[in-house]
Amino acid sequence: MEIVDNLILGFSVALTITTLSLAIAGCVLGTIIGALPGLGPSNGVAILIPLAFSLELDATQALVLMTSVYYGAMYGGRISSILLNIPGDEPAMMTTLDGYPMAKKGRAGDALVLSGVASFVGAFLATIGLMLLAPILARVAFYFGPAEYFALYLLAFCTLGGIGAENQAKSAIAVCLGLGISMIGVDNSTGMTRFTGGNLHLYDGVDFLVAIVGLFAVTEIFVFIESRGRDSAIGVNLGKITIPFKDIFATRWTMLRGTIVGFFAGVLPGAGASLGSFLAYMSEKSLSKNQDSFGTGDVRGVAAPEAGNNAAAGGALVPMLTLGVPGSGTTAVLLALLMTLNITPGPLLFNERPEVVWGLIATLLIANFVLLILNVPLVKLFTKILQVPASILLPGVAMISFVGIYSLSGSHFDLLLMTGFGVLGFILRKLKIPAVPVILGILLGGHMEVSLRRAMVLSNGDWTYLFDSYISIGLWIAAFIGFVAPIFLRSYLKKPEFPG
Amino acid sequence: MSDRIFGLILTALALALFASATQLESPFFADPVGPKTFPILIAGAALLSALVMISIPDQEPSWPNFITLKKLGLALLVLVFYALTLKPLGFLLPTAIASAILSYQISPKLIGSAATGVGLSAGLFFIFKFGLGLSLFPFPRVLFG
Repeated sequence: MEIVDNLILGFSVALTITTLSLAIAGCVLGTIIGALPGLGPSNGVAILIPLAFSLELDATQALVLMTSVYYGAMYGGRISSILLNIPGDEPAMMTTLDGYPMAKKGRAGDALVLSGVASFVGAFLATIGLMLLAPILARVAFYFGPAEYFALYLLAFCTLGGIGAENQAKSAIAVCLGLGISMIGVDNSTGMTRFTGGNLHLYDGVDFLVAIVGLFAVTEIFVFIESRGRDSAIGVNLGKITIPFKDIFATRWTMLRGTIVGFFAGVLPGAGASLGSFLAYMSEKSLSKNQDSFGTGDVRGVAAPEAGNNAAAGGALVPMLTLGVPGSGTTAVLLALLMTLNITPGPLLFNERPEVVWGLIATLLIANFVLLILNVPLVKLFTKILQVPASILLPGVAMISFVGIYSLSGSHFDLLLMTGFGVLGFILRKLKIPAVPVILGILLGGHMEVSLRRAMVLSNGDWTYLFDSYISIGLWIAAFIGFVAPIFLRSYLKKPEFPG
Repeated sequence: MSDRIFGLILTALALALFASATQLESPFFADPVGPKTFPILIAGAALLSALVMISIPDQEPSWPNFITLKKLGLALLVLVFYALTLKPLGFLLPTAIASAILSYQISPKLIGSAATGVGLSAGLFFIFKFGLGLSLFPFPRVLFG
């Protein structure tokens, strides 16, 4: 019973006062971040990472704090979807479809509680899935050599660019931009400088946290100003919160199905929570006998995407921890956190640092109960957050981003670079070029190149070595399908129109 | 049109990356591909996707109008100002000015924005300095020699 031993180890790490308080603080912060429109999990985690360093936490504690923020934000995202018809973050978009109509019918409280329970079911079962699947995948990953890793990185970029995107060429451009940026600086194996333009500040390369905070948080500032910053206000009346047992019981299978679909969408490298909630919603709708009721406040339309996106959030941790390949935008940010803490995710992590992995898993199991309490009986408190005017919130976010990065590097060059990334992110968003592949490219570019070069050293320059094992052939085929198949499946994967 | 322009810029960038990568010399020791192969592969992929973007452009995005563009430009200036002054002028003053201007852009109320600036500056300083223990200087360091 290896898992039981590991869990005991995990709980011995998780059940300390420091770890528990960090998890609770993370859950509260995360729910707030998730609830605020526009400030999603990736933004939130990105902004908070530099600040987490200043707390001088050890690796496990920092990871626990940030992952709790991540889980919390996934729960919190639904609040503004339901009350304002504005998704708190992208994965919560599907929840607006039935959540807001349900709220307009005077059932806002029921929708919040039902979606809170669905989030719990999705996230809790996904954490158990993570616990069972991750060690198996980590064992498979032991057979990975440089050629397999190269193919795996390619798979991540291809699925992200394929299923997750609307235009393959544009996601490929985003990936190339990221990979190009990752090559700036001194080449580790030869000591040569590449693409620095002679700028001394760039010799160490572009710090991925600078890029992440720039592309997520600073871009958000520009987008907000452009959209004239709607000051938020609660649009629907929230009565007394009661628990709609009937609805919860009626949607029990919906939640379970959403969880399974979401979890596997999350595990797919590069696909992420938005895909999880989307697939969960669409599959529930296609299974239903009365499809017309979806979009009018159907309880299944609230339960399915919330179970799906929270399950995907847990699923996305599987490839991140076992292979070092993030399953979503936010897990990419978490990977950046691990790399900054000098922890290399991958199969060795499970053997060499079991306390980190199992401490995290145990804490997440506990965090889910904390989040259930925060998001069901205490949800009213968080709806108050929506009343913070944008004119205070936005400058606050900007200043926190800047000070966070400044506290890490102390260099004004990095702050300027971050602002530059913010402008780039704004242009990319206008052109509908996704930003997450850029981040993933910056994060994984170095590893991908090292894998390629090692493979070539091992094979003495023979390129067929890249297709030499069944694992790598499988990964190449999956990568090809992941990139090409969505072109033919576009009509099925078409997202529904969002009102408002 | 925007897609085509951006596609052209990317084509130029990809060619520049390619040209710059070919200049890199491969070392003589056992690294068959050296530091230039990967950049060349990426430049190739970027070129290909940029050409697709040029030949099959999406619908024209809605770019901000002149007034919004001015607002965005001002926001950018504020952020650059903040980046440059945070170190020499200390935390309080640049933060108050920058957040007041950003706040004014969202809700143009003079007193409200000034209050937001002062409040955020003082509040965040308190949190950063005493809550998180960051080594921030409240005032210009020259004042203290």
